[in-house]
Amino acid sequence: MRVWPIFKKEMRIFFTSVVAYVILAIFLLVMGWFFSQIFQYYAQATVRAGMSPMMGQQDLNTTDGILRPLFSNIAVILLLSLMPLLTMRLFAEERRSGTIELLLTYPIRDGAVLLGKYTAALAFYGILLALTLLYPLMIFYMGGRVEWGAVLTGYVGLLLLGSAFMAVGLFASSLTENQIVAAVTTFGILLMFWVIGWGADAAGGAWWGKLLQHLSITDHFESFGKGVFETKDIIYYVDFTLLALFLTLRSLEARRWKG
Amino acid sequence: MIEVQNLTKHYGPVTAIQDVSFRVAPGEVVGFLGPNGAGKSTTMRILSCFMPASGGTARVAGYDVFRDSMEVRKRIGYLPESVPLYNEMRVAPYLDFVAEVKGVGRGERRRRVADAMDRCLIADVQNRLIGTLSKGYRQRVGLAQALVSDPHVLILDEPTIGLDPRQIAEIRALIKSLAGEHTVILSTHILPEVSMVCSSVVIINKGTIVAQGPIDMLVEQFFPSSRVEVELAKADPAARAAMRAIPGVVGVTELSADGGGRYLVESARGRDVRAEIFQLAADQHWSLRELRRVGMTLEEVFMRVVAGEETALDGAPVEPPVEPKP
Repeated sequence: MRVWPIFKKEMRIFFTSVVAYVILAIFLLVMGWFFSQIFQYYAQATVRAGMSPMMGQQDLNTTDGILRPLFSNIAVILLLSLMPLLTMRLFAEERRSGTIELLLTYPIRDGAVLLGKYTAALAFYGILLALTLLYPLMIFYMGGRVEWGAVLTGYVGLLLLGSAFMAVGLFASSLTENQIVAAVTTFGILLMFWVIGWGADAAGGAWWGKLLQHLSITDHFESFGKGVFETKDIIYYVDFTLLALFLTLRSLEARRWKG
Repeated sequence: MIEVQNLTKHYGPVTAIQDVSFRVAPGEVVGFLGPNGAGKSTTMRILSCFMPASGGTARVAGYDVFRDSMEVRKRIGYLPESVPLYNEMRVAPYLDFVAEVKGVGRGERRRRVADAMDRCLIADVQNRLIGTLSKGYRQRVGLAQALVSDPHVLILDEPTIGLDPRQIAEIRALIKSLAGEHTVILSTHILPEVSMVCSSVVIINKGTIVAQGPIDMLVEQFFPSSRVEVELAKADPAARAAMRAIPGVVGVTELSADGGGRYLVESARGRDVRAEIFQLAADQHWSLRELRRVGMTLEEVFMRVVAGEETALDGAPVEPPVEPKP
């Protein structure tokens, strides 16, 4: 499996094209804004809590007050904008420019092409996430008490969530030669999985309500924000990712079988 | 090295190629000729394992392109017609990537990349982004990409398109130099290119092979007579009859009707009647202005097999298509 050259090539293209820098810049800008807003809100809440004895009962720690809202905001931004933009190019552009004709006639398995591209996208996402480590470090530096365990589970959760999103994006990109179509398809699929849980409320306790609840991509994220590793949530994201990657592989291989 | 048998490809209801069969011996440079839309690119895409055939088989270096695709892909260098390259990569890293994907070891890669750049005359742009290159350079980067792993078989779809005349000459010389060690199949619709570069040709029209073989054999097959053009200062009715009487001459046609004496003398193949015509002119005191052999070119063969219908209107007999060799 020659995954490494494909990985290198994708990283090279990420950072030669403007896309990577634009995504980095916009992401950090938005995250900075979120952080400052959440931080201010938290600061005001602590001041009010200090003045009113009734609110003193409430647990006001930085994990619940700042990091959890921040993590769930990262999750939303990722879903809404970044993932579709990050992954739309990966196969669609190769199809549009015709480079896929060369790539798929090199002595390399479709699976290696897929993994190379996927790991490259994952690595770029890793860089994005690593940059947000700045916020917990900032709180720590300013003397706040940071629960590093919760930070760790939060990041693991974001990583798993992002892996799942990216696998969906890769799949959508393998279906079309139009990047916009790929991005919109990714966005649509992810949005469906985001809101699918809402149906559960209407269903009450019916079995399909539980099913919808289980399919919801957001419900599985909650435990990570609380600083807990739930096996079923990890399994959900891993399954989700593997299924999407498997479908992508099939979509790549389909070309070889279409007589 | 390349064996294609009864290859057929349908795109939905459209049949791109039908029962295409040919073979290419190791070390040969074969021209794949045909008008636009004849099925050249389709055949090459199947040979390069990019897409499967609807029927028939194709083997490269003894491996089936469908069942042993990976083995075939290790042994070929392919240049698609559209020359698809990564615009966001620089030339040298791009070739290094191709070499790595094709399994060239780290130590050897540097040398191979430098060598490919030298041979394709692109060393001067090695640090440029591919997206900023001119068409001629892109074409040569594409060629370098096919050559970089030093494959046994090269499949080149219109390799000289978009180049200027000097570059065309250089690339042709390069392709010619590949013969012997490499087996090359190149498609083109530039006929002189084929005569210059290739040892034999496969002519395809409307999805089926209409002629194939070494160029001189094809010419012989389609033009069984040798021709000499004669120009006399003055037309002379006796001259025609006298030339017709030379043993071996099968026909004399007067070429111009406006008083000049131009004749086309056809004789049995291999029979050179120029000396006799000269002697005749000397004996008869005709003043001979020109006496030259008319070369039968591939172009004429091509026109005859591809545009057979039009030629038939001119009265020339149309040869039946050559049966593909099994």
